[in-house]
Amino acid sequence: MSVSPQTLLYLEDVSVSFDGFKAINQLNLYINEGELRCIIGPNGAGKSTMMDIVTGKTRPDSGVVTFADSINLLQLDEPQIARIGIGRKFQKPTVFEALTVFENLEVAVDGDREPAYNWRHSLSDEQRQSIEEVAHTIGLNDQLTTSAQVLSHGQKQWLEIGMLLVQKPKLLLVDEPVAGMTHQEMDKTAELLTSLAGKHTVVVVEHDMDFVRSLNSRVTVLHQGSVLAEGNMADIQSNTDVKRVYLGE
Amino acid sequence: MRSLLQGDRGGQILLTVLAIATVVLPMCNLLLPPDHPWHVSTYQLNLFGKYLCYALLAMSVDLVWGFMGFLSLGHGAFFGLGGYAMGMYLMRQIGDRGVYGNAELPDFMVFLNWDSLPWYWWGFDHFPIALIAVFLVPGLLAFLFGWLAFRSRVNGVYLSIISQAMTYALMLAFFRNEFGFGGNNGLTDFKVILGFPVSAQGTRVALFVASAVSVIAAYLLCRSIVQSRAGRVVVAIRDAEDRARFLGYRVESYQLLVLVISAMLAGLAGALYVPQVGIINPGEFSPLNSIEIVIWVAIGGRASLYGAVIGALLVNFSKSWFTAVIPEYWIFALGALFVLTTLLLPGGLAGIFSKRRVTNV
Amino acid sequence: MKVLAGLLCSLLWSFVGPSLAAEQGDLIDTLSEELRNRKTVEQAIDKIAESESERRALWLEAILEGNLYVRKSDKKAVFAVKEGSGFSLTAASDDASLGTVGKREVSKVKINNALRGKLRTALAQLALTNPDPQKRLAAVEQMLGDLDDDKADAIRQLEKDEPDADVKSLMGLAGSIYQLTVGAKEQKLAVIDSLGINTRPIVVQRLEMLALSDDAEVAASASNMLKKIRSRISLFEKVETLLFGLSLGSVLAMAAIGLAITFGVMGVINMAHGEMIMIGAYCTWFLQHMLPGFIEYSLIVAIPLAFSLTFIVGMVIEFFVIRHLYGRPLETLLATFGISLLLQQTVRTLVSPQNVPVSNPSWLTGQLQIDPALSIAVNRLVIFVFCLLVFAVLMWLLKKTFFGLKVRAVSQNRQMARAMGAQSSRIDAMTFGLGAGIAGVAGVALSQLTNVGPNMGQAYIVDSFMVVVFGGVGNLWGTLLAGLSLGIVNKFLEPWVGAVVAKIVVLVFIILFIQRYPRGLFPQRGRAAGN
Repeated sequence: MSVSPQTLLYLEDVSVSFDGFKAINQLNLYINEGELRCIIGPNGAGKSTMMDIVTGKTRPDSGVVTFADSINLLQLDEPQIARIGIGRKFQKPTVFEALTVFENLEVAVDGDREPAYNWRHSLSDEQRQSIEEVAHTIGLNDQLTTSAQVLSHGQKQWLEIGMLLVQKPKLLLVDEPVAGMTHQEMDKTAELLTSLAGKHTVVVVEHDMDFVRSLNSRVTVLHQGSVLAEGNMADIQSNTDVKRVYLGE
Repeated sequence: MRSLLQGDRGGQILLTVLAIATVVLPMCNLLLPPDHPWHVSTYQLNLFGKYLCYALLAMSVDLVWGFMGFLSLGHGAFFGLGGYAMGMYLMRQIGDRGVYGNAELPDFMVFLNWDSLPWYWWGFDHFPIALIAVFLVPGLLAFLFGWLAFRSRVNGVYLSIISQAMTYALMLAFFRNEFGFGGNNGLTDFKVILGFPVSAQGTRVALFVASAVSVIAAYLLCRSIVQSRAGRVVVAIRDAEDRARFLGYRVESYQLLVLVISAMLAGLAGALYVPQVGIINPGEFSPLNSIEIVIWVAIGGRASLYGAVIGALLVNFSKSWFTAVIPEYWIFALGALFVLTTLLLPGGLAGIFSKRRVTNV
Repeated sequence: MKVLAGLLCSLLWSFVGPSLAAEQGDLIDTLSEELRNRKTVEQAIDKIAESESERRALWLEAILEGNLYVRKSDKKAVFAVKEGSGFSLTAASDDASLGTVGKREVSKVKINNALRGKLRTALAQLALTNPDPQKRLAAVEQMLGDLDDDKADAIRQLEKDEPDADVKSLMGLAGSIYQLTVGAKEQKLAVIDSLGINTRPIVVQRLEMLALSDDAEVAASASNMLKKIRSRISLFEKVETLLFGLSLGSVLAMAAIGLAITFGVMGVINMAHGEMIMIGAYCTWFLQHMLPGFIEYSLIVAIPLAFSLTFIVGMVIEFFVIRHLYGRPLETLLATFGISLLLQQTVRTLVSPQNVPVSNPSWLTGQLQIDPALSIAVNRLVIFVFCLLVFAVLMWLLKKTFFGLKVRAVSQNRQMARAMGAQSSRIDAMTFGLGAGIAGVAGVALSQLTNVGPNMGQAYIVDSFMVVVFGGVGNLWGTLLAGLSLGIVNKFLEPWVGAVVAKIVVLVFIILFIQRYPRGLFPQRGRAAGN
């Protein structure tokens, strides 16, 4: 944690309900710039809904969501939110199966998003370079011309993370990045995410406690749509509220 | 042009064949005597011209279905509107040569006792204005339809069916006499186009050449979209719309762009079709017509532009053969085509040759 | 007055017994000379009217229509029908056939307009004494328009002894209407009040005349009442349109419900759905064709037959096609469209490309007359009730049976249902069959309202889909309400803009509606619906 942290993402008093079910209940969440934050919580705690709210997929019934000091995210739609630098990885790995690995990264790479521009312009050298770098990082540099649909589950997860990286977002929202990965792959992912912190701000939603522990970051526990506890992993594990929720004690 | 066709083996072959046909077939018609074994009759040339219009139409459907994943069951509407725009020009060219000899009004308006030309017919005496309408009217309809649909994220089966409803509603409307487009009978009895008699040999040859050149040009245009980065985004949207949105793409503008271009190509196909068959009527808007186009594309192979062209040519040659020899079995054959292609040949003919598989939409 | 006396006489006679009257059958022949003579023809007609012959109405009618002739050779009165260049004759006295003769061998009984009026009156008065109350009712009805002293008197006389309540009240009305024309001011005012809100056209017409009368009080009273009547009539018109709309809506809802099931549960658009309706309609035709003597019962038998047949066809389609295209809804759409072409062409080949005739059983024809300004066609009422019935049975099937439980389970979460042991492939087949079966039943109902032909199903696929989407996919109540409301909206639009434009307006409305509310009127909520 930096000494004078600047808040990058700021959720205050956010509530949303579906058919009377309060998915998010007066949630307050502050993410600092350059921070790596893990969000855990039992099923239905509101983790994915929180991400939906930040990325503009779901509109909250009430509350304030602010990004980078002054940008009110509630007034923007999904593409606008993405363009101001919030990238998101889905829970279920979602890559463009009909495209090759390279093309997937090409579609994701930071640059103009307008159709007319993309019709006329091919990749700049800079973009090409950033794609190649990321391809190395995610270990798919040998498979650039492979169709994405033949990749393994873990590789698809990595490709999606790679797509996030070439997008060069300020904030990365990563939903269950290690689901379906082997232990080796998990370690590599943890290493990658940790290395991103500082340059980027990373929020990871995860179920796997071993993985969360290996990230060694600040942890927020969500329960019934609001924050139950916050702190480092050791604090969380000794928190009685958390034990009650997780273990039914 | 070379870069446009890079890696598109099918397209290279197809365009070469088309370019040769554009030159050779008219020569076989104009230069060789009728008893020569290589002679191509004007009738045959006209038939080929018609098929080329279908090929252009098929390409426009492939662009939205194959690449964007919108199974349009209403492209006949764009084709029909382009056709009507051209038909209106041709009607105005009849002048006082109609049955009633009225230079101010087309025959059917005289018949309906109208005393003046409705405002939406103004300007259609001039070819350039009609030509603009050929692109503009279908484009505008596509824009309106797409703007409403894509903005509210209507997709899949819903989108298909409302596109069918759109062409169905247009058909009902165009069948009405009050609508001012000749009702049931449509527009016909054309005399001249750009001053040349429509049924003269020279005109037919010119129309054939125009159709072939249009197909080639449209192919290149479609390729330029498909293999650009924008084209990749379109395919990306087809496969994972939300993903593309979270990457910052305004999905609906890509969809709109492609749909409008596609509708304009369909309109052009209709405009070339009308002078060659000599009539346009509301039947072109029937849902059956639109869905038939889809089967041409499905047989040729979705998401491969040359497949759509081949599919359109193949099915329509077969249709002509069937309707001449065993007409009562054509519908059976068509029905079976729909079922068997989707079940057994999901990639179409092009899919047999190409290794890259088309993912299901 | 003479005529009237005779009439009353004959009324008595008709109760005494027709045998006596029958003996007078040759009366017409004795009058033939008088009938042929222009000067005596009126007198002859009077004689006929005053006679007690039971055939007198026939004769008068024949004179009126110009069918009564006299054979020149023997002065016999005959009914003549043109045949080739001559006439085919039957005896006016006893209907015996007399063969054909040339034009010149007979001469026509000629009448003028004055006599025509007289004949009509005489015929109507005869009818007033007809033993059949329906005929008497019709006779009074007919006389309402042109009453005079004689007729009004006659009706007043008959009213006292009239046994039938309906006829009696109508006769009373006739008296009142007559008072409106001839009565004194007080009488007129009293009658206007006593008539109340009466929607009969003749009453309206009389009141309209009175509203223009010189007497301000009468005119005011009449126009006041007229206003009330008109608002009642326009209310009835609305009720009628509503009922019309409900019946159209029932058709839409029934056609759509089957689609709602397959689309809601399996996410599959069955483009051959319209053809299931067509097959159902052809079942009705087939039964009537095979058993022409049992038209009355044909529908009752056709319903289970159509259901079973289309149920099987649906299962077969599911087994051979749909099953192989799961997860590819657009391909399913194309393949089922192919099937719809095949089915249509099969019917064209096996039966005929033309429409086939389907008759309506007599219990489905006719009108329920609720008020002079409000009548309901029985078949429309029946189709509405039938639609509700089908819906109720379906609801019971889905909510109360084990099969329904499994269908709902599969529709909500295919994987989970499968994990819990529901054989989803069998459920799918059954569900598809059920959707098709209901379309078949809808076809039977439709055969009573529209033309039955190979193309009939095509018209319903777009409509049905619109109804399903409008109501909200996966919500059968939504489908029912959407169908009914679209039907009503359509019928209310029709008088303004015409049937075709009404249809276009509704289509465009739904297109816009879907784009605004993609999940329909009654969306399925919750997490699963979002995906």
